[in-house]
Formats: sequence, C-alpha cells, structure tokens
Amino acid sequence: MNRRRFLRSLGLAATAAPFLAACSSAPRRGAPRVVVVGGGYGGATTAKYLRMWSAGRIDVTLVERDARFVSCPMSNLVLAGLRNLDDLTASYDRLRSRWGVRVVSDEVVRIDVARRELRLARDGEIGFDRVVLAPGVDFLTEQITGLAGNFECIPHAWKAGPQTELLRRRIDAMPEGGVFALHVPKSPYRCPPGPYERACLVAHYLRTRKPRAKLLLLDANSEIQSKKTLFAAAFAGPYKDIIEYRPDSTLLSVDAQTLSAELEFDRVRADVLNVIPPMRAGRLVDGLGIPLTNGRWVDVDWRTMEARDLPGIHVIGDAVLAAPGMPKSGHIANQQAKLAAAAIVELLEGRSPDPVPTLLNTCYSFVDDRNAIHVATVHRYDAAQGTVLPVAGAGGLSSAASEEEGRYATAWAQNIRADMLA
Amino acid sequence: MTGKSTLAALCLLAGTTHATDPAALQARNLAANCTPCHSADAPEPNAIPRIAGLPADRILQRLRAFRSGEAPATVMHQIVRGYGDEQLALIATLLASSP
Repeated sequence: MNRRRFLRSLGLAATAAPFLAACSSAPRRGAPRVVVVGGGYGGATTAKYLRMWSAGRIDVTLVERDARFVSCPMSNLVLAGLRNLDDLTASYDRLRSRWGVRVVSDEVVRIDVARRELRLARDGEIGFDRVVLAPGVDFLTEQITGLAGNFECIPHAWKAGPQTELLRRRIDAMPEGGVFALHVPKSPYRCPPGPYERACLVAHYLRTRKPRAKLLLLDANSEIQSKKTLFAAAFAGPYKDIIEYRPDSTLLSVDAQTLSAELEFDRVRADVLNVIPPMRAGRLVDGLGIPLTNGRWVDVDWRTMEARDLPGIHVIGDAVLAAPGMPKSGHIANQQAKLAAAAIVELLEGRSPDPVPTLLNTCYSFVDDRNAIHVATVHRYDAAQGTVLPVAGAGGLSSAASEEEGRYATAWAQNIRADMLA
Repeated sequence: MTGKSTLAALCLLAGTTHATDPAALQARNLAANCTPCHSADAPEPNAIPRIAGLPADRILQRLRAFRSGEAPATVMHQIVRGYGDEQLALIATLLASSP
C-alpha cells in the first residue's frame, strides 16, 4: 500500500474529497448561518472555504454589490494596454453551483450586532450566527481639497472597473510630450507596491507610444514603500528619462479644471492627473460601533479575525489594521480568509481555533510588458505578543526583474482566482 | 519515507480518522498557504507547477532542496524558510492526499 492510499484509508482525505457530494446541496435546516459581506479576494475565498472545510454543514451567504468579480491585481496592465478589463473579470457562478454558496447581489445598509442581523438595500433582513465583513477600503476624499466629486476628471483607478477604463482612455488621449502625474498617499494604503508598478507600466506605455512624455511620481511618503531597490532600479534604469520620483510630496489640493496639484512644497500641472486618495476601512465597519485604530482600520484577534471585543463579527482584508510587516494585498486577504474560515468552522463545532495560524504573502509587480519582480513574506501568530509577526529568516525580494517571474506573475493571477472562485 | 519528520507526521496523522484531529487540521491550514499559487483548480498548462496529488516524499524532497539552496528558485527558497521540518512534512503529506 502506498502512503497516499494509506492516508486515504485513514480518512485524511476527508479534508478534501467526501464533502464534494454534500457541498453543492442545500444545507440542512438549523445549520449554522454565516454571512460574508464583500466578494473580493477575501470575501469570496472565505465563502468557498467555509463550505469546503465544513463539508457543507454551514449555510453560507455571500452578499456582493457587483454582479461580477473584478481583480485589482493586474489592473495596472490594463492602463498600459496589455490586458483588457474582461481578462480581470470573473463570475461567482462556481461558488453557487459547485460549493453551494448563496450569492446575493445586494448591498448591506445596516448591521445590527446585538440582533445578529444585516439589513440589505433591496432584499430585507438577513440573520447570521457569525458574519465576515470584507468591505475593502473607502477613500478619505475630503482630505484633499478639490478632489471630492471630481473622480471623472481626476481618476483614482484604485478600485478596478470603470475607473480603470477611464484612466486608460485619459492616458491614450494624452498629448505628445504630455505629463502624467501620479500621487501616492501616505502608508498604509491598499497594495503597497501598486503605485510604483503603475508608474513603471504607464512609463512603459509612454516610451513605446509617446516617447517625449514624462511621468511625475509624487509620493507623500519619504521613500518607495515596497520592493524599494527593485523599483528604484527601474526608475534609474529603463525609465530614467521618463519617471521623476519626488518623495515627501504631500498633496494638499487639486484643481479639476486645470489639472493642477498643490503639494506641500511645490505645484505641478499635468495632462493626466491620477490621485490615489488616502484611504480607510470600508465604511460598512462604522456600523459595528467600535473605535477604529487611527480612525481608519479595524483591530482584530489574529487567531480568528474577529474584531477586538466583538465575538462572532469577523473582519478581513484591506479593512484590517495590518500586523507588523503585513501588506494590504489580495494574497494576504486570501490568507486571512482561510484563517477566518478555519476558525469559524472550529468555533461553530465548539472547538478551539488553530493556536498558531500561519499566513503567506507573495506579491508580484510588473515593471514592463514582460518582466516582473516579487516580494514574499511568511507571517505567524505570536502568542506572547498577541499578534502575527513576520517569520525571521523567511521571505525576500527578487534578485532582479525577470521574464521568468513575469510568467509566474501571470500564473499567480490565474491560480489565486481559481483558489477563490473555481 | 524520506526522513524522520515525515514519519513523525504520519504517526501524528495515523491516529486520526476524521479531519478534527489537530495535526490534520494543522496540515490542512498550512497547505492552504500554498494553494493561492498551487491551486488544485488551477488551469492547465500553467507556469506554476501543480503539486496536489504528487507523492509526499517527492514534494518534501523538493521543499528541502529549496531550503538548502540546492534547487534553483525565484521565490520558493524564501518561502520554505518560514516553515520547520515538521510543518513541511505535514504540508507535503496533505498536498499528496489532495485530489
């Protein structure tokens, strides 16, 4: 008997195979109810893994505003004309048909923590035993004078969808010798390497299509926030005549008519002005009635992803106050989703959750149409400190941008989507 | 069998007939670290190798070779250093048993 068959005979494969029959059928009456709010990288993964790991014993509803999933990762490639938005768009059908998740296209307008109930914009009320909030981020538009109501003229394109298309059209329409100005907010924000990847990909587009154009990278931070040496090499190497990187460039106000930006120590005018606004946890979490850290992020218990002092209310993804060294990335949202799903299954069965959860992050960025770079980190719960910490000696950066990593970056996007939605 | 830790992991797992066993749950949770990239549902062909269903000792051997630097890698050598021998053995065993 080989080891695999040996394990199967022991029922170890119970983690994978036998639930398949049960999971697409309707849950039993009286089954515990979990509602997941938000169908992004975190929420969709939670819904699937709750059904998988409970072998269909938990009734799972996913409430998502949009009819289809659209990926933020890879959306910078759309700006450079290297992908279409369709490539980044996927259906929730398999969550329904294969995993038995009830997917509801609606919006949560109120959370009643005491009564364990959500009110939906269209379809009344929905009760839960546990809820997982994966609301992503909302923008603090009011922190930049003149920005509110002007995302048509000054796109953010920091949530993939119509804004991505809009910014792409603006870039296409840019005059020869024009200026593209990109503002990076102070950390923490969604996707730390994202702005620098965007700078590289837009610069790649400009050097091939509008060679005299310039890109001003106006960073509110005092240095590149992720993959620093690798992005710095791209800015100083292939893009040295295109990208001008200006750290410590806090944005005070914008003028949507003239596309000018007033910075703390400078003033610039652009042909395309792309402001990534300061951000906070999605406003959905305000309904929890708990104080947010720095008024922005939800502090969680890292053994369960429950909001601090709110048992049964789990929060995951970009809305969470990140643990030390942990980025707000789609990959981390996937890992927090599984941490939450595992904990919920255990808690609903009356057992204790994994005492030492481990999370992994691998994040690729393209620097042009073919070459990519990565950062990887491993994070583990530290009981003494009550938080998740990076594992010393693990993780790292690419040695240099490469086509090999470009192929892995493309595969990563396909595969994490399958892990979440297939 | 390739080593003591694999044996140890198997002994741990051998006591279980249900996925409620702490070692089996630990294995399942750790292997879920791998699946964003190495999803069993990933489309083929794929630049990232599929691991699910490969023999456990082959997976473990490979993970160890990444850790020692013997196997060339872009990222795997950095990732495996975040896991101990027992954890790598649990991961290999679980992934081998995945459909």
